[in-house]
Amino acid sequence: MAFEGLGGRLQGIMDRIKGKGKVTEQDIKEMMREVRLALLEADVNFKVVRQFIKDVSERANGVDVMKSLTPGQQVIKIVQEELTNLMGGENSKINMSQKPPTVIMMVGLQGAGKTTTAGKLALLLRKSHNKKPMLIAGDIYRPAAIDQLETIGKQLDIPVYSMGDKEKVETIVENGLKYARENHLDTVIIDTAGRLHIDEDLMNELKNVKEIAKPNEIMLVVDSMTGQDAVNVAESFNDLLDITGVTLTKLDGDTRGGAALSIRSVTEKPIKFIGVSEKMDGLEPFHPERMASRILGMGDILSIIEKAQMNVDLEDQAELEQKLKENTFTLDDFLAQMDQVKTLGPLDELIKMMPGANKIKGLDKVKMSGKEIDHVQAIIRSMTMEEREKPEKLNISRKRRIAAGSGRSLQEVNRLLKQFNEMKKMMKQFTNGKGKKKNPFSGMGLPF
Amino acid sequence: MSLFNRLKKKFSGKHTDEEIENKESDELIDELDDGLISLEEFEEWEQEQIGYKFRMGLEKSRERFQAQINQLMATHRTVDEDFFEALEEVLISADVGFNTVMELTDELRDYAKLKNITETVDLKEVIVEKMIEIYERNNHISEEMNMQDDLTVILVVGVNGVGKTTSIGKIAHRYVKEGKSVMLAAGDTFRAGAINQLQVWGDRVGADVIKQSEGSDPAAVVFDAVNAAKRRGTDVLICDTAGRLQNKGNLMKELEKIKNVIKKVDENAPHEVLLVLDATTGQNALSQAKAFNEVTEITGIVLTKLDGTAKGGIVLAIKNELGIPVKFVGLGEKIDDLEVFSAENYVYGLFSDMIDETSEENDE
Repeated sequence: MAFEGLGGRLQGIMDRIKGKGKVTEQDIKEMMREVRLALLEADVNFKVVRQFIKDVSERANGVDVMKSLTPGQQVIKIVQEELTNLMGGENSKINMSQKPPTVIMMVGLQGAGKTTTAGKLALLLRKSHNKKPMLIAGDIYRPAAIDQLETIGKQLDIPVYSMGDKEKVETIVENGLKYARENHLDTVIIDTAGRLHIDEDLMNELKNVKEIAKPNEIMLVVDSMTGQDAVNVAESFNDLLDITGVTLTKLDGDTRGGAALSIRSVTEKPIKFIGVSEKMDGLEPFHPERMASRILGMGDILSIIEKAQMNVDLEDQAELEQKLKENTFTLDDFLAQMDQVKTLGPLDELIKMMPGANKIKGLDKVKMSGKEIDHVQAIIRSMTMEEREKPEKLNISRKRRIAAGSGRSLQEVNRLLKQFNEMKKMMKQFTNGKGKKKNPFSGMGLPF
Repeated sequence: MSLFNRLKKKFSGKHTDEEIENKESDELIDELDDGLISLEEFEEWEQEQIGYKFRMGLEKSRERFQAQINQLMATHRTVDEDFFEALEEVLISADVGFNTVMELTDELRDYAKLKNITETVDLKEVIVEKMIEIYERNNHISEEMNMQDDLTVILVVGVNGVGKTTSIGKIAHRYVKEGKSVMLAAGDTFRAGAINQLQVWGDRVGADVIKQSEGSDPAAVVFDAVNAAKRRGTDVLICDTAGRLQNKGNLMKELEKIKNVIKKVDENAPHEVLLVLDATTGQNALSQAKAFNEVTEITGIVLTKLDGTAKGGIVLAIKNELGIPVKFVGLGEKIDDLEVFSAENYVYGLFSDMIDETSEENDE
């Protein structure tokens, strides 16, 4: 996942200073040189880095007043605060129009991921905002771009308005908006052709489209792997179009994502969404403060919880809780539970969001494909309903049958049953309040 | 003769260069249209035109880079740590790879100490020279395309959105123009519309496209294509692949499979594996080159979108660290906006003003 490299380096630097009872000017100077290199290596624009270092150094040189933290800890706190600042405080929502339709215009360089993001955004708005979106195919230049958008529309069952590549973009947009109004589609996303920020003709075309469409949101789509040039690109688009938000794409790569910090800093426009997978549901709202704490290795528990809330049926949860209390939790419930875990996405991604997870050596190398879960599910699915209710009925011949049916070994079947029993015991303690009730958030806060 | 002067010599038709620079490209075409030009003159013009395109494409980058170096010399007159730090920033701002920058500045620090240089002006020439040296240092892969007498198979790989399909169209056009028969394999079966996009390019340049439906096995498409190319006696087969981020293990495995499938038909193929890189990409390009190189043994880079303000300095690092040369550069969206890469042209484009200035000083 993006930012990890930057996080690793910064944490290494922080670890060295955190225990210090006394921080000299020289310590800070050395630390800042390393922070500077870490940020530059992460593609943060050099001007932004310079300002950041200056701000942190000024503040850091004046500490030793607060008593609750060691001076080392205070310096880290300053870095965290300034980093959050740099990324832009709180999450910004999409601008909605009072009177439908809400018009969103996607702009950016070639290959940033506008068309894919347009589709993802339409899906997200339908799913989480109950909108009726429509896409306008405004990329008349790239071969088969319209085709691409139409295919995405078909996949998601979202209407795509296109007039082929012979009409002017302005005409297409005008007619598309008319169509949306007539058909009561309340959200319109306009895909435009990728263009260089120095191509005056094409940039003027965007200006024309803006005038016609009067968009509520002009979304600059930027590849998160962009280097130092990100600043020039963002500035040019912002100067001409006065963009309202930024979407960063391809964050599932191993980029250090410095572009995120630079763009926000030069345009003062919020990053609203991030693209985190090639799948159509791989677009997420961006939370600067969470990302900052993730960079510094403080984990992102909130994102996990939100993911869970979005994907887990609340009624199912209530029922489950009841079963736990009555201790009637069966293997069948266990099966359903695992399905829910799977909807949260790849396990290794989830684990990386846990506080302190990146300090566990070798964790980044672990590839948890969810295969283990598949195996367990296969075993349970090979049981009869009765067996799932009453696992104690399972004798050796039944177990053999299950092993053969699921294609797993007898040992695996036994291991699962043993784990299930232990889990039940644990849950009993937990729900009876006998066990030490652990607050899952007690480990949060500053991990030092 | 120093590297410097060699470069300068290479572009010794200095006045012509300037003339060209002052003219719009369509004026040059008018000149062509008068029907009086001889073949030699045409070839000469064509040569200049290539250099011209490079220069125009890099004009913006060069101007900015230039201004920065000059400003650097003006604000830091004495050689000290502040100067080197500022120099680091200038190089980083051109996206030259991080480690390469550190290597370069360390070498400069040593050089300054050794030669007892205290004025930054005296380092100006050395900076450029060192950069060229870095590009030329690690030369184990040929900078030329490895073309065969019979079928040449070119595999094109890269992350999403760098311009693989477009580059393939342009490369195909180039070989068709040379009179070769070209075939394209639609190996991007994942992205919506990718197959059609390649088909459009195939129709444009007059190349057959071997394809299956969306979602089919790319290795199977490529396997069919190599066999078809052999059967039909095609000269050049260019295989498109889906964009993939280099940290996606299973997708990289798929690429390995595609390569192995090609080898099954012809064990010497693919003759070229080109990694397409977006010039706007920052330090991550190095990670891309490393990962793709591990799986497919990259033989060259296609650097795209160099007509923007990005400088693509990361190619210096890729050459320095991995020895992979740039073979083509994309300088625009038109069908013939693709040039064979020439390191000297590229570096000259980035540094021409500096070279001119410093050598003039030396002449005096």
